Amino acid sequence: MNRFSTNLCIALILGGAAAMALLNLATAPEFGLHVPTYAVSLVGKYLCYAILALALDLVWGYAGILSLGHAAFFAIGGYAMGMYLMRQIGTRGVYGNAILPDFMVFLNYKELPWYWHGFDNPLFALSMALIVPALIALVFGYLAFRSRVSGVYLSIITQALTYALLLAFFRNDMGFGGNNGLTDFKDMFGLRLQDDNTRVGLLLASAIMLVLCLLVARYVVTSRFGRVLIAVRDTEARTRFLGYRPESYKLFVFVLSAIMAGIGGALYVPQVGIINPGEFSPANSIEAVIWVAVGGRGTLVGAILGAILVNAGKTYFTGAFPEIWLFALGFLFILVTLLLPKGVLGLLQSKRQAKPGESKP
Amino acid sequence: MTIGPVSGSLLYLNGVSVSFDGFRAINNLSLVLEPGEMRAVIGPNGAGKTTMMDIITGKTRPDEGQVIFGAETDLTRLDEPAIAALGIGRKFQKPTVFEPHTVWDNLLLALAGDRRPRFTLWARETSEEQDRIEEILATIRLGDLRRMRAGDLSHGQKQWLEIGMLLAQEPQLLLVDEPVAGMTDSETAQTADLLREINRTRSVVVVEHDMEFVRALGVKVTVLHEGSVLSEGSIDHVSADPKVIEVYLGR
Amino acid sequence: MNSLRNLIAVLLLGSVLAIASPARADDAPDPFLGLASESFDEVASAIAGLAVSGNPQAAATIQALQDETLFVGPAGDDAPPILIKTDAGFIDARTNKPVADVNEDDLVPVKVNNAVRRAIEAAKGGLDLFAADPALRTKAAEQLFVSHDAAAVPLLARALEKESNPAARTVMLQAQAAALLAAGSGSDAERIAAIALLRARGDVESKSLLQSLHETSKPVADAAAAAISSLQRIEQLWSVLQSVFYGLSLGSVLLLAASGLAITFGVMGVINMAHGEMVMLGAYTTFVVQQVIRAYAPGLFDASLFFAIPLAFLVSGVVGILIERCLIRFLYGRPLETLLATWGLSLVLQQAVRSSFGSSNREVGTPSWMSGADVIGGLTITYNRLYIIVFAAIVIAALMGVMRGTSLGLRMRAVTQNRRMAAAMGIRTPWIDALTFGLGSGVAGMAGVALSQIDNVSPNLGQGYIIDSFMVVVFGGVGNLWGTVVSALTLGIVNKFLEPIAGAVLGKIVVLIALILFIQRKPRGMFPLKGRAVEQ
Ligand SMILES: Nc1ncnc2c1ncn2[C@@H]1O[C@H](COP(=O)(O)OP(=O)(O)O)[C@@H](O)[C@H]1O
Ligand SMILES: [Mg+2]
Repeated sequence: MNRFSTNLCIALILGGAAAMALLNLATAPEFGLHVPTYAVSLVGKYLCYAILALALDLVWGYAGILSLGHAAFFAIGGYAMGMYLMRQIGTRGVYGNAILPDFMVFLNYKELPWYWHGFDNPLFALSMALIVPALIALVFGYLAFRSRVSGVYLSIITQALTYALLLAFFRNDMGFGGNNGLTDFKDMFGLRLQDDNTRVGLLLASAIMLVLCLLVARYVVTSRFGRVLIAVRDTEARTRFLGYRPESYKLFVFVLSAIMAGIGGALYVPQVGIINPGEFSPANSIEAVIWVAVGGRGTLVGAILGAILVNAGKTYFTGAFPEIWLFALGFLFILVTLLLPKGVLGLLQSKRQAKPGESKP
Repeated sequence: MTIGPVSGSLLYLNGVSVSFDGFRAINNLSLVLEPGEMRAVIGPNGAGKTTMMDIITGKTRPDEGQVIFGAETDLTRLDEPAIAALGIGRKFQKPTVFEPHTVWDNLLLALAGDRRPRFTLWARETSEEQDRIEEILATIRLGDLRRMRAGDLSHGQKQWLEIGMLLAQEPQLLLVDEPVAGMTDSETAQTADLLREINRTRSVVVVEHDMEFVRALGVKVTVLHEGSVLSEGSIDHVSADPKVIEVYLGR
Repeated sequence: MNSLRNLIAVLLLGSVLAIASPARADDAPDPFLGLASESFDEVASAIAGLAVSGNPQAAATIQALQDETLFVGPAGDDAPPILIKTDAGFIDARTNKPVADVNEDDLVPVKVNNAVRRAIEAAKGGLDLFAADPALRTKAAEQLFVSHDAAAVPLLARALEKESNPAARTVMLQAQAAALLAAGSGSDAERIAAIALLRARGDVESKSLLQSLHETSKPVADAAAAAISSLQRIEQLWSVLQSVFYGLSLGSVLLLAASGLAITFGVMGVINMAHGEMVMLGAYTTFVVQQVIRAYAPGLFDASLFFAIPLAFLVSGVVGILIERCLIRFLYGRPLETLLATWGLSLVLQQAVRSSFGSSNREVGTPSWMSGADVIGGLTITYNRLYIIVFAAIVIAALMGVMRGTSLGLRMRAVTQNRRMAAAMGIRTPWIDALTFGLGSGVAGMAGVALSQIDNVSPNLGQGYIIDSFMVVVFGGVGNLWGTVVSALTLGIVNKFLEPIAGAVLGKIVVLIALILFIQRKPRGMFPLKGRAVEQ
């Protein structure tokens, strides 16, 4: 972890977001440097992915937990926000039902399922976006770490977890809109989602949350706790004979990381306008892993860099050569693991002396 | 549950056995260690020396037998962190230090203190901690390398750092597995000095192959063979024991 | 339809009574006469009458009517002649004798409408009770059992008098019992005997007939209730067996998908996320083989799978060896990196197949010997599932044979247990690594041939199996082929038993969660290997 690169990263995120905001709101569309609103949302989306990547780097880079189910926490955060947005639609839905979202009317629900109560309150919904991922991570992590499941076994069961959630959310009677998920949102905190102001606000909120998460993560990994965590990552057995309980350290970062992922998801949904079970697909989680690997595992800043780079690439390729994208992504996985084990950031810093916190290949 | 521990012993193993897939690695092993004692354990490869340490430190659970620490703590019921917290430190055969961390941080993490996340998350280095680390650095002669990444140390330096980490833990009992394997002669002699110094305040169990080293330590020796005690006594006594000669030279 | 049946029944009954009374036998009306009528209704009732008349010519006449080769001649003093047209000329329907010099212009065909056609069908059923072939008689009785029409009772009685074939007799008695029960007639003792017959028959129809009864007499009602509960128990037993069969079949699919992984992951410890794509390549190989056969040798189509199996093994095996040589060997000892790199590879392979074969499902045909099903008691066994079970058993047996009995297997185990020692003994470890990986991949390819028969062949085929396969291997205990077998079959059966309770998707979720919990309890699976080597 390099203080300088972290600070630079924070400055770039905040400065970049502020500049985009200004260029979108304060310039006319004819102006050459005008930033269109769709670009604002696109970058906002990248920043949400960056939060997910950061969360993943915290567990993978610093605790050696390769979670292949982190997108699940992201998606749950997203669903919590989506439920709030759904309830905000009110009578403006196709069926005009003040209480029940359209899909429930369609599926003949007579009343709101109990777990939908309270989601008309934005604060409740936001706290659920953090609490539910945290609880799932707590239960899952407690069981897994206590019984010392680690390495690829852990990876495979995290993948199974998100797969099970995927199947569950596809079901109509789960009450989350089944296949189609939640969509057709109208407004948020009383602001119209389609307004430029709202969009810019969401971008700024994403940038600020990303920076906050980065600061928290940096504090955690540089604290004595973080040094124990790195020790656990590399030589778990040794820390045990020193009297540390690796399972509590892992559990703490795992839950913290799930919360961050939930935040990312909650900010993501209003910017893309939809959340559906596809977000739980194992492929999404693994794609997030490659963002971290591309940027440089165990560097925090690298995760952010990787998320933005890869997703910018994805936007470009899927637009220009859709056929090529999966090839490109596939080869990216292969090349990064074979040739760039420390990622882009590792490449940039390869001349410097290695510092604690950087992963070993 | 035949007899209770010898009164006043620090570590008491009685009738301990453990097998892996039918292979008895430890077979009815008994051993008593007095407080303040240093004991050398020798034995051919595969005699079960490392497994014995695994049992004491909670890594391996014995199939039968008693393992009692101090007056009445039953070690077979505790896991590794709990046993470490009781004051039993262990150095591995293969030096294991935290490679990405500096020498200083390695010692800092080993220092006795609260190990819970809620403490380490907010912990600040105190001046007592710094003094203590300085003290240990002097003992293990790594003062100049305090900012060095532990992964970049030489093999011998890693062994010392690991002993230093043991000291930082302030254990009552140290278990040291083959500390001089791969060391130069002068490093070996220095290590013997270091262990004797440590033994002034703590009990030590040293596992070693190197007879010269054991002779230099000049302490009571237990010879392990096929998982149980073959002979026990001074180095001269055990090296004259025909059973020991048979095991070491007979084949 | 129902009213028609009643009509026929009444007519049948009437005619039967007519036949049964010997006093009137001599001046019995001509059963053929009605066929000459202009009215469809009269024709229909004539058919019914003819059917039960016992007239040896009845069957041929009714058949001719159905074939529309029945003609009516001009009526003279006598009844009009009824003639059957054959290739060789006309035949008198009453006597089966050829009739010479017929003027076709005088003949009128007997017209058939839907009502008549239904009468023909119904009549043929009853007719068959008297057919020469016992199998036909049995079938006819079976139909009467299903319709359990009270009107059929006397007819059955007549048929039974003559019946000597035991199988046909049994069914006729059952049909009689069913008709008796349905009609609500007979004494208590007769009804109880009838219930016993139905209980002995023991199929779904017997049960539903018994359930539809409203018995007033207590002993009869008790007998019926006892019979129903006994039949329900039997039905449950069959449904358990059916679930076991489905479970075994799903388990075999899982086993096939996982067995290659049991080699690459279980024995070598390589996390191959592209394993599913090896399966997918096998399925596409099958598709290509079938295309070629369709184009050049359509007669061989039924044998297409026998060409596909070795080819799929080769294709996936060679791809596997390439993967090992070009990618995986650089990543030994770095499982997480292997996982990521092979995931990337799986994306590349999927996209490559998508680019060359398109992203839609490809049609893979089923050979005729694999389609169809057999019913054993209450158990339906579809051939494709049955053959997949057999195939899985052969594959796993062969795999175990290779691992245990061949020098390649010996070397593989030597290398995986102690690489340095094996190398020191002159085993070319890199080559063994490549071959082992090729073997695992080839087995996956063969699995693809089987899966092409039951699943959609699309570029995503493999994706659907990867998580399940890993779960199977981990659940069984890594490195233990028997464990993989037990685990696959267990998971298959548990899944199929959960399905009716929880539904297919929820059942799968339950199994997944149970597996997650299980792995957390016993991280090394049901049958773990022990020793220091596995403790990394
Ligand atoms: N976890 C284990 N699984 C299987 N065998 C083991 C395990 N631990 C130790 N052993 C066996 O027990 C015997 C004693 O080993 P060890 O204690 O390492 O001997 P030493 O340290 O005296 O050389 C050896 O044969 C070793 O293979
Ligand atoms: Mg040893």
